[in-house]
This record gives sequence, structure tokens and C-alpha cells, in this order.
Amino acid sequence: MTELPLIGEAIAVAAEPRLAGAKIGVVTFPGTLDDRDASRAVRLAGGTPVELWHGDSELGDVDAVILPGGFSYGDYLRAGAIARFAPLMSKIIDAANSDAKLPVLGICNGFQLLTESHLLPGSMIKNDHLKFICRDQVLRVENNSTYWTGDYAAGQEITVPLKNQDGQYIADEKTLDALEAEGRVVFRYVGFNPNGSRRDIAGISNAAGNVVGLMPHPEHAVEVGFGPESLDGIGGSDTEGLGLFTSVLNKIVGAN
Amino acid sequence: MTEISTSSITETKKFNIDTVEHAAKTPDTELPWAELGLKQNEFDEIVKVLGRRPTGAELAMYSVMWSEHCSYKSSKNHLRQFGEKVTDEMKKDMLVGIGENAGVTNLGDGWAVTFKIESHNSPSFVEPYQGAATGIGGIVRDIISMGARPVAVMDPLRFGAIDHPDTARVMHGAVAGIGGYGNSLGLPNIGGEMVFDSVYQGNPLVNALAVGVMRHEDIRLANASGKGNKVVLFGARTGGDGIGGASVLASESFDDTKPSKRPAVQVGDPFAEKVLIECCLELFKGSLVEGIQDLGAAGISCATSELASNGDGGMNVELTSVLLRDPTLTPGEILMSESQERMMAVVTPENVEAFEAVMDKWAVEYAWLGEVTDSGRLIITWEGEVIVDVDPRTVAHDGPVYDRPFARPEWQDALQADSFTGSVQDAGRPSAPAELAAAVTELVASPNMCDKSWITNQYDRYVGGNTALAFPDDAGVVRVDEESGLGVALATDANGRYTYLDPYHGAQLALAEAYRNVATSGAVPMAVSDCLNFGSPEDPDVMWQLAEAIRGLSDACMVLGIPVTGGNVSLYNQTGTTPIHPSPVVAVLGKLDDVARRTPSGWREDGAAIYLLGTTAAELDGSEWSNLRGHLGGLPPKVDLEAERALGEILINASRDGMVDSAHDLSEGGLAAALVEASLRYGVGARIALQDVLDRDGVDLFTALFSETQGRAVVSVPRSEEVRFKDMCTARGFEHLRIGVVDAASGQLEINGVDTLSLDALREAHEATLPKYFG
Repeated sequence: MTELPLIGEAIAVAAEPRLAGAKIGVVTFPGTLDDRDASRAVRLAGGTPVELWHGDSELGDVDAVILPGGFSYGDYLRAGAIARFAPLMSKIIDAANSDAKLPVLGICNGFQLLTESHLLPGSMIKNDHLKFICRDQVLRVENNSTYWTGDYAAGQEITVPLKNQDGQYIADEKTLDALEAEGRVVFRYVGFNPNGSRRDIAGISNAAGNVVGLMPHPEHAVEVGFGPESLDGIGGSDTEGLGLFTSVLNKIVGAN
Repeated sequence: MTEISTSSITETKKFNIDTVEHAAKTPDTELPWAELGLKQNEFDEIVKVLGRRPTGAELAMYSVMWSEHCSYKSSKNHLRQFGEKVTDEMKKDMLVGIGENAGVTNLGDGWAVTFKIESHNSPSFVEPYQGAATGIGGIVRDIISMGARPVAVMDPLRFGAIDHPDTARVMHGAVAGIGGYGNSLGLPNIGGEMVFDSVYQGNPLVNALAVGVMRHEDIRLANASGKGNKVVLFGARTGGDGIGGASVLASESFDDTKPSKRPAVQVGDPFAEKVLIECCLELFKGSLVEGIQDLGAAGISCATSELASNGDGGMNVELTSVLLRDPTLTPGEILMSESQERMMAVVTPENVEAFEAVMDKWAVEYAWLGEVTDSGRLIITWEGEVIVDVDPRTVAHDGPVYDRPFARPEWQDALQADSFTGSVQDAGRPSAPAELAAAVTELVASPNMCDKSWITNQYDRYVGGNTALAFPDDAGVVRVDEESGLGVALATDANGRYTYLDPYHGAQLALAEAYRNVATSGAVPMAVSDCLNFGSPEDPDVMWQLAEAIRGLSDACMVLGIPVTGGNVSLYNQTGTTPIHPSPVVAVLGKLDDVARRTPSGWREDGAAIYLLGTTAAELDGSEWSNLRGHLGGLPPKVDLEAERALGEILINASRDGMVDSAHDLSEGGLAAALVEASLRYGVGARIALQDVLDRDGVDLFTALFSETQGRAVVSVPRSEEVRFKDMCTARGFEHLRIGVVDAASGQLEINGVDTLSLDALREAHEATLPKYFG
């Protein structure tokens, strides 16, 4: 009988030692939930996670930043609307817009933060069915030339968990057309649109491709035994979200 | 956040304060003790304890702390059995037992786990969203109070009839509340139960379980030790919400001008709780608190009296220091308020500064209320005037205890004599292949057996990244240690119908099922927490059900060798004179050395052999099938705890040695439900032949499929492991029969003698029910 891989082993093979030098900051805001998960994903991808606190005034020595999921400040106002004004956010915005093009990934609440801080266009409103939804979601990688998607094949379909309350991506038609034309729709929902997002958009990038935001949670599909295949048996594998993290690490290491 | 200056609150507050001095001088003042829920004998006892009449504030404290909810006065005499029927062997892994906020069990490798289940029934009927949400909030704070990081929650739910117009209100509210609060805390919801029965129409049961983990050295207890240590209240401000019984307070004699009719249901703020969790964990990490207690039922009354009586026995508190949301609150209201997201801690003077730094980092408000003394008295002042001067033990621990009369109901014999078999409702029992196929489909589409993803899709099962199994698997499994894979499994179960038919054995059946579910996942059962939901203890029939259930449960724990480490009792769940079915919800916690070895409930590998473990008797009384036919009578399935233990050992060994690739326990809905669920879990079909079972057990096909005989499970065994697996069962003398084979390509569940069931059709029927009723 095939031995079930012990947790971590399958991943350890994938991780390349040369990536360990790349440091990825993971920001914790009050109400952030998936920060430890994002750090784990960085680690399993072979990089070095660095904990960042929203109140810090300096970004420090990090090569990229992840804004993780959660409910910052309870999302009692618009999701991400308060966290966007954290001292560290202004540093992140500057660094992302600078010539150095700091890679920034916003997941779920992090995506909402990126739209609130105008690093990405559009906004998120409540799911069209008005309920929180947690499900395994198939996504198509529409653009594999961003900093965070280089390790995927263009058009590749991946399965990652999705869980949100305010996940309906909206923007005006002109913006949506521009996003499509410029290839800035990075991820699209396949088979089922879980929240009513315009044009099935699950994730987008800025023009330079260093800033990417998406509603689904790739950091929950990085480890055998704890991903959508093990929990729900929906096919594919447990680790199809890992590519976002290896992509940016490879980009960083290559750039160095 | 609204800025309110606390100093101005104190200045503008004008109460006619009932001081201890005043109370001593005015022994004949009329007090609203009856309105506060106290009985004459209880009030007399308070006067005797104090040697004078209580002040208004003291009366408020005693009334909430001596309430059924806080004092367990009707159940205490029976609950003792959980502490008494315990062997040394059962105690060996128990680090903290019953009585603290939650029990703590040793997991090995320096890890400890704490878990507890509680009820939040009445608030969830009055205001389902907030009631259910604050149920999660309260149980999570119990877990934090022990020094643990909460890692998962579960929710056993019981609602009225699925088609009753009010059920949708409660269902929508409770599920959204559990999701809204739990999801915002970052705690995966890994399982629970859902039952619809008209007996819960006016008394839905919303129970909440939380589990947390910690290193041994981080265990914290609720006590206030060390004279001169500071007492601090932190978290949310104290408001007028959750003060027990608004009308009661309207008649309180402090002041005539204060706002009346305060909400008795607390309002939750999950963001405040999430921040409180992280803030507390940082306090624990820095060893900055000596003792800690969450504020739940009875608020500051409970926290001060319990902390003081568990420690050096004395505490001085200045009540005007409490930060308020509503400046018009009276001292009694402040003492009784159940505002959520608050904690009380004891801090040494040296740690005050470091404590404040943590509060400031997380922007959590706090107020230093007073200090620990060795006086043996809990003294609470209001602007320096003494309004409470009591021995804290008399408030927290020496409440009244009642030996309520109980007797076996006179209707019990008739009920037990009314068996389903041969009853009017049993007419036309399915036997032809088409009838049986229709019956299987009807069963899996029925309200209690249908797919629950309408509920569970509103809960985050992924957050934390440690969930290894979640609903609909038999148990939820969470990894504790990322290095070793060490983890815990949890299951909750209860069957109100079984317990109604026979409370002693019904409670045992709940334990047996939860135990079996945990073992099915491959985990070794270790500890029990129970939430005893019953009607009024003043009804001797109900009291008998409670007494029998506790006796049954404690006896069964002895046999299975797992101790009860905590729980709660919820009484008065009845509408008029009609109580709910006695519903002891039992949670069992188990341990997995490596969660990679957990066993899922559905089969996947083509060609794997399917085995039925255990034998089947004709046990349809109290079953889901009889429920579907509108019958409730007879005797529940037999309990055989030794068989449960033997089955558990087989399932645990099979998991550890990789002999099975799926296992699913047989419980409500019997083999029919188990086969459908195991097929639908991953959409993989099977071919089943039950002739050997019918021959061996002397039952017909219908009985084999729908009987709810206990101590059974179905497992799928890869071909390479079949010999080893059979040898193990034989060596252990446990009945096992090969009943079929996994057929991955078929897309069907084929049972000899039953018309072939397509998985698509089964899935459609299984999944349609909840959306049909709830949208």
C-alpha cells in the first residue's frame, strides 16, 4: 500500500535551499486571522517569513509583503477601510509604487486593503447571496507573468479554499475593460462564481504586476493533509496554492 | 469609539447608595429578592450568612451567583458522580479537573489540551444571532482563561420542526451568529450536529464547544493570590446588556430615574474578542498574570467572588473604577452585567507596567479595580463607601443545594411498551427492491439525515491551517504540533429520542456514539465534556431523567475509562409544562500521535473491500426510520460498552497501522445512512451484498439497513491489507463480515435486493433539503 506522506515531507522536497534567503513580511493588523497561515505558506515554499506589526513605522529588511486574510478592525466599517491607514501601510504603498516595485500580495482582507489603499482598482462588497461562504474553489490562472504567478502555466486551473463575507468584486465597466485589456485579471473563478464578482474575477494585479490581490486563500492549499483534497476530496491536490509563494521567491532570488 | 470621560461619569452619578452601614441600620427595608429570582429560604440564608440584611449590591451578587445557572443547585448532588466514579487510571492524564473554567488533559510532549461544551439556549431563542454568537464568545473565553490558545469550535444544534415558520428565524440567526462570531475569531468550525424535532420548537438548543491547546507551563487558574497584587478588568466596557431579567431590575430600589428594560441578551463584538485572545496570549507568554478569569454569567459578581475565594480569600474593589458604556448603571447592575469580551486578572505590582504595555499595544481598555488582601472578605466600595462586605466563598461556592424530588414517570412503562415493530406506523414496511431504494433515498433526504453543508459552508473550516478532518467526517481533527503531527479529534453526540425512551441508557448511547466517532477517526478517546440540556428540575419526571442520565453517563465513563473534565447544565428548557426531550450532549476528545494517520469517512480506492464490523439486531425503536413514520416508543438500542471499546481499539489500530482507508460509524439511520454517506463523501460508488449479514444475524434486509444497533462501523480495506485486517478482528474476537467492494467507476451504490441507487440522484436528494426550507 502506498504510504500516506507524512505531513511536511512532500513539501520539504519541493522547497529549494536557495530560496531561504528571501524574506517575506507578513503583516498582522488587529483582527487579522490568517497571518500564521501565510507565514507557514512562505516557510513551506522555502522562504523566510518575517512577522510585521501594523503599527510599526518601518518596513525593515523584507523582499516582499503579504497582507493576510481576516477581519481587520472587525470589518465593521468597509472591509479594510480602517487598516488601510495603519502606519506600516503607507510604507508598503510607497514601496509598492517605487522603482524597486516591492512585491505585495493581498489575500481576502488583504485584497480589500489593497483596493482601499488604491494599489488596486475596484472594491469588494457583500457576497450576492448575503452569507459567509467557505468552499473549495477552482480558479484559472489568467496571467502567469505577475511577480506572484510565474510558477504557474498560463490558463492552469488550481483549487484553493475560498472563505469570505464581502467577496463580491466590483468596478465600473471602464475599469473592468481596462483590466481585461491589460491582462490584469490574474485569477478567475471557474465553474461557479461564489460571490457575484464582476466577470468572475477572483484576483487582479497592478500594471507592473508586483501587486496582486485575490479573494480565495492560496495559503490554505500549501500542505498535504490540510488542503481541499484531503478535507473534501474534490480532486487535484492539497498544494495548488503553493505556486504563488514559490513564484515570488523565485522572482526575488532571480532578481538578486 | 465614543469618547466618554470616566471622571465625568462618576461626578454626574447620583445614587442613593445602599451601604453596608446603612443596611445594618435598616434591617426592615423591603428588598426585591423574589423579583431577583431568590426563594424565601435562600434570602433567609443570605441574612443568616451576613448577620444582617444584604445591601442592594450584595443582593444582586447573591441572586445571580445562587441562580441555577451559576450554582448548579438542582444538579450538584447528582453531578458529584462525575468526580466520584473515577479511577486513578482515568486521572493519570487529567492535569486540571472539573471546577475550573475548563478541564485540562495531558497530550504528551509537553502539550496539554483543554475543551468544554456549554449551552446558550434561551438567548438563542430570544435573539438567535446574538445568542449563538455570544455562546461562542463565552466558551472561547473559558478556554483562554486556562492559558490556552483556542484552536477550534463545534456546534451541536437542535431546532424545532423543519417546516414550522419560526424554525427558519432561529436557524438563520443561530447559524449566521455562530459563523459571524467564530469566523471573525479565526477559529475553524470542525463539526457539530443538527437535529430538527418539534420538542425543541420553543426551546432550541444551541450548544457551543471550544478546544484550546497550551504547553504545560502555560496552564493558568482562576485564583487571586498574593496580598497586594492588583486586580484589573480589561477588554470591552461594561454596559447594560445581559443583565438577567430586565423586568426584575425595573423593580430594584436603587433609583427611580434610570433607564428601564435593558436587554437580557448580550451583544457580541467578535473583533474585541479576537484582540482579547491575542492580548491574553501575550500576557501568558510574558508570565504577566497570576490568575485570570473570564467574565461570563454573573459578570463581575462571579469573577471577583471566584477569584477571591479560590485564592488567598480576600479582595478590595472600587466599583466606580469600572469603565462603563452606559454612565447611568447602578452598582447592582454593574455587578450583574454580562457584557461580553471582558476579562479580570491579578497582576503583581512589578508587572503592572508590562501589563499596561501589552494592553496599549493591542489598544485594549483596562481599569485597575483594587487589590488582593488576606482579610478573607470581598469588599466592594462605591466612592469609598462599602457596599459589599462578604465572605467570597459564601457567594461563589456555598450556594444552596437542593435534593429535588424525582420519580420514574408513570407514563414511562407505557412508552417503553409501545414498540415500533407492529405499530400502526410500521404498516407497509418496505421490502421490495424498489421500495427499499425509495426508503433509502427518503432517509438520506430527511431533515435529520440530510446534507448539512448549507450550515457548514457558512463556517470557516480552514483557518489556522491545522484542520485535518471536519464535518461531515465522524470527528473533527486538528493538528496541535506542526513538528510531530500530534493532534486531537473531537465529536459531539446526543440522541434526545433514545434518552426520552430510557434516560440512563440514552445518555450512555450519546457517550458511546461520540466515543465511537472519535475512534473511527483513528484517535484514542481521552476525556469527556457534557452539556446536559433538560426541562424543569422542579418537575419530578424531568428530575428523574436528569438523575438517570447523569448516573448512566458517569457509569459509562467508568467502563470506557475516560473522565468528565467539565461541562454545563441547562435546565428549564420547556414550554409550559412540556419539556424538551432530555438531551445530554456529550463531547469526547481523543488524541492522534500523528494526524496524517486520521481516517476519513468516505472510501476512495477502487477495489477496496468493504467490511461491516459488529452484529445487527432488530432495533428500530427510537430510530430515524421510526421518526420518519411518526413513531416514538419502545426501548432504544442496547448499550454494550465493552463492545464499543473493542470496536474502538480495532479502528484505532487499523488507522495506526494503515489497514483501512476509510471508516464510518453506524448510528442514526443505521447501515443505509452510513453506506450512502461513505459513497457521497468523495462521490465514489460501491457494490454491496448483505446476505451473509442476514444469515448470521437472522434479520431481514430492511432491518439490516435501517436498524440502529450500536457498536458497528463500516470500513474500506485496501486489498493488500485485507488478510492482516481480518486476522486482527479475528484475534480480537470481533464480528466482521465482508459486505462489498468499492467501485470507483460506477457512480452507483448497488445493494443486492435494493434497486440500484445512482450517486447523482442520492446527492441531489441529500443536498436539496436544507436549501428547500432555508433558501
